[in-house]
Amino acid sequence: MKKLLSVLPLLAVVIGIHFLTSATDTMYYLTQMTMSAYYALLIIGLCVLMGYAGQISLGHAGFFAIGGYLSAALTTRNLIPFQDTALVGLLDSAGMLLSGQDLYGEALLVVSPWAASLVAVSAAAVIAVIIGIPVLKLKGHYLAMATLGFGIIIYRVVLALEYFGEADGISEVPAFVLFSGLSVSGNFSDRVQNYYIAWGLLLLGMVLLLNLIDSRVGRALRGIHGSDEAADAMGVNTSRFKLQTFVLSAVFAAIAGVFLTHYNGGIGPSEAGVMKSVRYVAIVAVGGMAHLWGALLMGVVLNFLSLRGVFGSYDDAVFGLILIVIMLFAPNGILSLNLRHRLKRYLRQRKEDREGEA
Amino acid sequence: MTTELFIQYLMAGITYGSIYAIVAIGFNIIYNTTGIINFAQGEFVMFGGMIAITLLQFMSLPLAIASSVVITMLIGALIEICFIRWLKSPSVLRMIIITIGISILSREVAVHIWGESIRSLPYFVGNEISSVGVLGARVSPQVFWVVAASAIMVVCLGIFFKTTSVGREMRACASNRKAATLCGINTRNMVTLSFVLSAGIGALAGCVMSPITYSQYDMGTGLAIKGFTVAILGGLGSSGGAVAAGLLLGILEAFSVSVVPLAFQDAISIAILLTILFVRPQGLFGSKEAAGLSEF
Amino acid sequence: MKKFASKLLMAVVAVSLCAAPAFAENIKIGAILAVTGGASFLGGPEARSLEMMVEEINAKGGINGDKIELIIKDSAASPEKAISFAKQLIEEDKVLAIIGPSTSGETMKIKNICQQAKTPLISCGAAEVIVNPVASYVFKTPQKDSFAVKKIYMEMNKLGISKIAVLAGNTGFGKAGKGQLLKIAPEFGIEVVEVEVYDKKSNDLSAVVAKIKANKDVQAVINWSIVPAQAIVPKNMRQAGWDVPLFQSHGFGNIKYVEAAGAAAEGIIFPAGRLLIADSLADDNPQKALLMAYKKNYESKFNEPASTFGGHGYDAITILAAAIAEGGNDRDKVRTAIENLKNFAGTGGVFSFSAEDHNGLDIDAFQMMTVKDGKFVAYTGK
Repeated sequence: MKKLLSVLPLLAVVIGIHFLTSATDTMYYLTQMTMSAYYALLIIGLCVLMGYAGQISLGHAGFFAIGGYLSAALTTRNLIPFQDTALVGLLDSAGMLLSGQDLYGEALLVVSPWAASLVAVSAAAVIAVIIGIPVLKLKGHYLAMATLGFGIIIYRVVLALEYFGEADGISEVPAFVLFSGLSVSGNFSDRVQNYYIAWGLLLLGMVLLLNLIDSRVGRALRGIHGSDEAADAMGVNTSRFKLQTFVLSAVFAAIAGVFLTHYNGGIGPSEAGVMKSVRYVAIVAVGGMAHLWGALLMGVVLNFLSLRGVFGSYDDAVFGLILIVIMLFAPNGILSLNLRHRLKRYLRQRKEDREGEA
Repeated sequence: MTTELFIQYLMAGITYGSIYAIVAIGFNIIYNTTGIINFAQGEFVMFGGMIAITLLQFMSLPLAIASSVVITMLIGALIEICFIRWLKSPSVLRMIIITIGISILSREVAVHIWGESIRSLPYFVGNEISSVGVLGARVSPQVFWVVAASAIMVVCLGIFFKTTSVGREMRACASNRKAATLCGINTRNMVTLSFVLSAGIGALAGCVMSPITYSQYDMGTGLAIKGFTVAILGGLGSSGGAVAAGLLLGILEAFSVSVVPLAFQDAISIAILLTILFVRPQGLFGSKEAAGLSEF
Repeated sequence: MKKFASKLLMAVVAVSLCAAPAFAENIKIGAILAVTGGASFLGGPEARSLEMMVEEINAKGGINGDKIELIIKDSAASPEKAISFAKQLIEEDKVLAIIGPSTSGETMKIKNICQQAKTPLISCGAAEVIVNPVASYVFKTPQKDSFAVKKIYMEMNKLGISKIAVLAGNTGFGKAGKGQLLKIAPEFGIEVVEVEVYDKKSNDLSAVVAKIKANKDVQAVINWSIVPAQAIVPKNMRQAGWDVPLFQSHGFGNIKYVEAAGAAAEGIIFPAGRLLIADSLADDNPQKALLMAYKKNYESKFNEPASTFGGHGYDAITILAAAIAEGGNDRDKVRTAIENLKNFAGTGGVFSFSAEDHNGLDIDAFQMMTVKDGKFVAYTGK
């Protein structure tokens, strides 16, 4: 409950931004705020895995892509040619299919977004369990390589399969109607509600994770980060906790993928690329490994700036520079700099100096 | 499969394999002295090729390659001195992220100096269409340059580490850094030296492969991933392992063309790596202790 | 260094344009191009051509007295960025029209956004799905793949080739081309006996060349791609001592690839726009004057050879400029003006748009070419 309160200031900020942009007639900022919120959702999930369970993952863009691509493909690929098969009949009777017409008047039969997103997120969870069991036994560079490898495989698969649109990705993904009147879509008219859907989801994720790291599980996780063996000796089932966190972060990534894909109306292979995974890890590091708020802040800010094209053709260069500077001078993340504290200390110092002189 | 086709695949595989092996050895040299993987290793290869191509306008080919190797070594030293030398016992994860940052920055510097187009050194012997017959198959003479350069590098490195005093000091560093420091070895200089050495190896690789593969500002990432795969497969830190694993992976990739679609080639080689890691977490040729040593 | 300076300038301009408040009398045009990243060989020349042309138009006093303000956004070929930028340009910068994106994948992601916002989009992407089915606000300048494919197959019929191998890169360009090649082959009585797709970052394809070479039925190879592999495939084929005819796509229209392939490029047959052989065109050719001018200006300004990719950008901005001269600073009128544009000479061919045809080029936009002594020349058959 206390954790619920701690995100209240953030909720106030979220509402504040809405009113501020609406008052200054700059509502278009909400578009990138919405997109950044989804990326931040993935990043806070990864933060718990890296900062608290101490496991690096260079393959999280893979989980994002599993969520996004599966949901996109299921809700876009026409099932009319297969409508007589048993599986499609079964899905139909379960109420999981939607029929209609596409823009050009062709009959269309697709999986409904609710069902598709459930399939997508569960697929990500199942895959996370399957690869998590062997991968999380690895350590150090071997773990980095294994997760990187997983990401590359997903990238190759989406790039090679016609079902996933190869290099073009999937376009014209329909809106995701959560319930009537509320839908995840990129329509200009739905912008405000999508802003709240995205941030609502992010806040929810934040509450969940804050509770988690403060619970018995969280203490166990910190134990794992400190020393695997010690935690093991204390009777903590380290491999189970590691796996649970891994799956949780994969689910966060997949949910982010599903929602952002429906919001954008499409997804392309760049979302599954290695550079994306590296970016996520780097943002977590810049925000401070074991610092959820730092990860949230940097996840939103850096993605927001990048999506607005503020750095022009120097997007990667600026990003690389931030990465190096933070890692060299503030290895515990940007919030560890604690500027307010330093400023105070500096002022106090000056005051003392002056008093000393007098 | 005819003999001709078999040899053709084999030669293609050996070419890929030699390139992967050199990159992996570059990883290993730095890993051995510092315990970190330098993700900017691929950028050394890129710099080597690009600088040689630029220098070629002013001097002869051998001189351009030699100068390029020296310049890249200096870049390697500079990177180590600026970004790594003064850090006090940094964590592995921090080092991974710093080297990733260096790799991104190097790439951006390269694209703004050389632009996005592909370039290449001329073939050392013959031209784009000349080839040599090997048991009925035909391969470019440059392939032999790549294979020979890799072989010579491996042999020279072996001699360097076994017989010279600097080489022995570096090995001492590798096996136990603290003990080496206590023996009066300047471990910091050894780390710089390892960056210089691996930059030089990368640059030379970048030069000999340039006529075959071309040089482009963003070639580093792909090479680094392949090199990393090979280094892990061969067991981190083991040069012999890197050569064996490199050749194995290269040949496997070449032959896989005949059974699986080319589009899945990368996915297949990585899947094999993952399977091996799950069964033998220390890689094919690595020792168990080595795998357990470094943690985040 | 000059290039660096120009890029820096471009970035500064782009950044400052986003930040600076708009000048009321300027006509704003947005461009989403892959200036960096995996498709920079497309986006780079396109962006440079746009800048050059806008500078030229403004130096002449603008269009009907209105200056053009160009906002270039670098998407680095990521659809998510293209989507974000499209929304930004439409709502925030309130641009009259958008040029780009460079790739088909990105274009398809923002096709609906532009249609919904009634903002004209002139894409530089190759795939035919961009304009088929037609969305009333979406146009494209690169020639249709299917025409290139037909051009090649016609030539094959003349040469008596009936069994071929197809190689394609795993980019949007390669994907669309491979689809058309397989679809149209039966019409010309051609059988595709081998198909392989390679990675856009491939740097040696000798293994796959060996594989298709082992199939004795193959009489010719078509390599459909836009990446450096266009220089690698010919090299690997010739090195393997294989001398069947090699056809490539219009993606080969960049002399740098010929330089990279060196002696192996000789004899490659491919269809392309006439930009590449501008100086050898007849003087009464409607395209000749503008091709020569574009080539000369581009090459002297940026110190690199002009390519057909840059030409796509050139066509987009000149078409738009002609439409603005007709319709003024109004999205709907400009859209209608583009649709009514007839016999408009560009680098890619002579455009004649209509309500059903938002590409405006016919098969004659392509000319079969080959490489001789390291230069592009018109192909005249065997």
